Amino acid sequence: MVLHPVPTRGTAGDRIEGVFDMLQYIIRRAMWAIVMLILVLALVFAIFYVLPGGALHKSAGQKYPPLAYKLAGKHPTLPVVRAITKKLDLDKPIYVQFGTYVGHAFQGDLGYSYQTQEPVTKAILRRLPPTIGLAVGASVIWLLLGCGIGIISALRRRTLLDRGSMMAALAGLSIPTFFLGLVAVFFFDGRLGIYNTGAYVGLTSDPIGWFKVMWLPWLVLAIVSAAIYSRMVRGNMLDVASEDYIRTARAKGLTERSVVRHQLRSALTPVVTMYGLDLGILLGGAIVTEHIFNIPGIGAFSVDAITDENIPVILGTTLVAAFFIIAANLVVDVIYAALDPRVTYS
Amino acid sequence: MASEVLLEVKDLHVHFPTPDGVVKAVDGLSFQVRRGETFGIVGESGSGKSVTCLTALGLTNLKTANVSGEILFKGRDLLKLGKEELRKVRGKELSMIFQDPFACLHPFYRVGDQIVEAIRCHESVSRQAARGRAIEVLGAVGIPNPPDRFKDYPHQYSGGMRQRAMIAMSLVHNPDLLIADEPTTALDVTVQAQILELIDRVKNDFDIGVILITHDLGVIADVAQNIMVMYAGRAMERGAKGDIFALPLHPYTWGLLDSIPHIDMKGSRLVPIEGAPPSLINVPNGCPFHPRCPHRFDPCDKDRPAFEDRGGGHPNACHLSAEDKKRIWAERQSRRTKAAV
Repeated sequence: MVLHPVPTRGTAGDRIEGVFDMLQYIIRRAMWAIVMLILVLALVFAIFYVLPGGALHKSAGQKYPPLAYKLAGKHPTLPVVRAITKKLDLDKPIYVQFGTYVGHAFQGDLGYSYQTQEPVTKAILRRLPPTIGLAVGASVIWLLLGCGIGIISALRRRTLLDRGSMMAALAGLSIPTFFLGLVAVFFFDGRLGIYNTGAYVGLTSDPIGWFKVMWLPWLVLAIVSAAIYSRMVRGNMLDVASEDYIRTARAKGLTERSVVRHQLRSALTPVVTMYGLDLGILLGGAIVTEHIFNIPGIGAFSVDAITDENIPVILGTTLVAAFFIIAANLVVDVIYAALDPRVTYS
Repeated sequence: MASEVLLEVKDLHVHFPTPDGVVKAVDGLSFQVRRGETFGIVGESGSGKSVTCLTALGLTNLKTANVSGEILFKGRDLLKLGKEELRKVRGKELSMIFQDPFACLHPFYRVGDQIVEAIRCHESVSRQAARGRAIEVLGAVGIPNPPDRFKDYPHQYSGGMRQRAMIAMSLVHNPDLLIADEPTTALDVTVQAQILELIDRVKNDFDIGVILITHDLGVIADVAQNIMVMYAGRAMERGAKGDIFALPLHPYTWGLLDSIPHIDMKGSRLVPIEGAPPSLINVPNGCPFHPRCPHRFDPCDKDRPAFEDRGGGHPNACHLSAEDKKRIWAERQSRRTKAAV
């Protein structure tokens, strides 16, 4: 029995074409990412070097840029200042200097710290593991906590458990991290004495010590996001619950367990996007948390650099932060397209 | 027609208490559906058509609804079944398809997998066997090249194909009764006819009963054998299709018939029913249709007309006498034909 056949569209070879589309898409996005990174660098470069007050901005009558004087030490003499200007090419046009910087940056050379003369690349690489450890640990906690609470709240909607969780979530997201962090240090380090602030050790050198020092910052950093995620997941779950295809799932006789699985598939997909972006932002350094808990990561590094006007470090940390955000965006878009069959690369 | 009675609804009430009052979605409804027949339920939005059927499947939220009466399906009262027993009936003996095929399939799962799931939730067969059966039913409902189409996602199907896939999914267990809730409303007119024809074919080939819910008497006219007209959660009249189209016995049905365009009536205007359906919280006293009824008289706003055979050939709920109804319907007919000339 075949009634009114409907014309077919070709599906053969679609899959191979799909992979090709994806590669093309990723390459196109990566090229845009490079443009974006150069723009970010240009902006920071302009703010700290070029604009009035910048380190290369000569006021009327000055022969050498302020940076040369600064680098010449406490009592700069003219020959030293001149020599520095010559050595660092500070007398070249701005665009040449920027071009040189970008050229070196893409070869992995981010210049030298004004304070310590250490290569910025090396300094950043040393501070990356603590930041990554902090970001990944905290994000895993908030992901589990947020999704767990959100799902249970939605399934036990309007119960005491639901209302209590949502109230806790509201409280959680209302507390600023800097306050929560200080309170946490006050109680766990000061009163209870079960935490030792500022005793950072690397994961590879002492895993247990690392865990002992990381659990509190993880929690502090995770609370706000866990609250946001639980509210979002609950909302998504309830929205999806009233979709027609969930009614279909029940109508065809699926067990309640399978119906919930259908619900989760739709409700958690957008969480992937949000998680990726949040993690990307955090990989650029959790400024407040790193500062409070004395974790030697990118965030703390960039704060110090700004206080010291250590411009190569400012540029370097900004570049790293921008890189993670842009990369996270790309990864999230590729993953989302894999999760949602309706999305195509174009 | 003396075939087996599949579904018998007796004095069904479905009330939803809300802070503003009780919504009487279904208020004292009785009907029966037999194997081999298509039973059409007609009415405007909010007349209780869908709620009745969703209640039969246990898909109304029983926490928020007060349900009384009986829904006997092959002799068992569905309202008395436990959750798990009811789940075993759903999709196996009693299946349902819905209005908007665009929204009824899960967008993230392949169409074929959704059908396989429907098979395997009632029967322990291998994935491979279920797959074979799914491809078979997809072909049976007119999906071309089913082994390939099995792998597609819903968004790769057209609206008509999705409704076909829904029908395929509802047929995998050879159910006894198929409830089709406005299955063609969201589709193009040409596709509508194909889907109706498919449902009719399926009914005969699988020897099942069909409940066809619609707001469109034109849809019913093609495929139904018996019709029930609903208004404000109640039955207004019920009978064989031929009887109701030849001599409708309720002013509401007259209104519905007058608002169908007809090719013979070129030049005449469609006559809409004045007013809007009542709020189901404040259903008018007496006959719920009386505020919109051009033929209302003394008892209409006081006594609720009983739903019974009043000498016109089939049961209805209107106080007018059978003679008056015949006269008024004849007048309306001639007026309409005259207007056309």
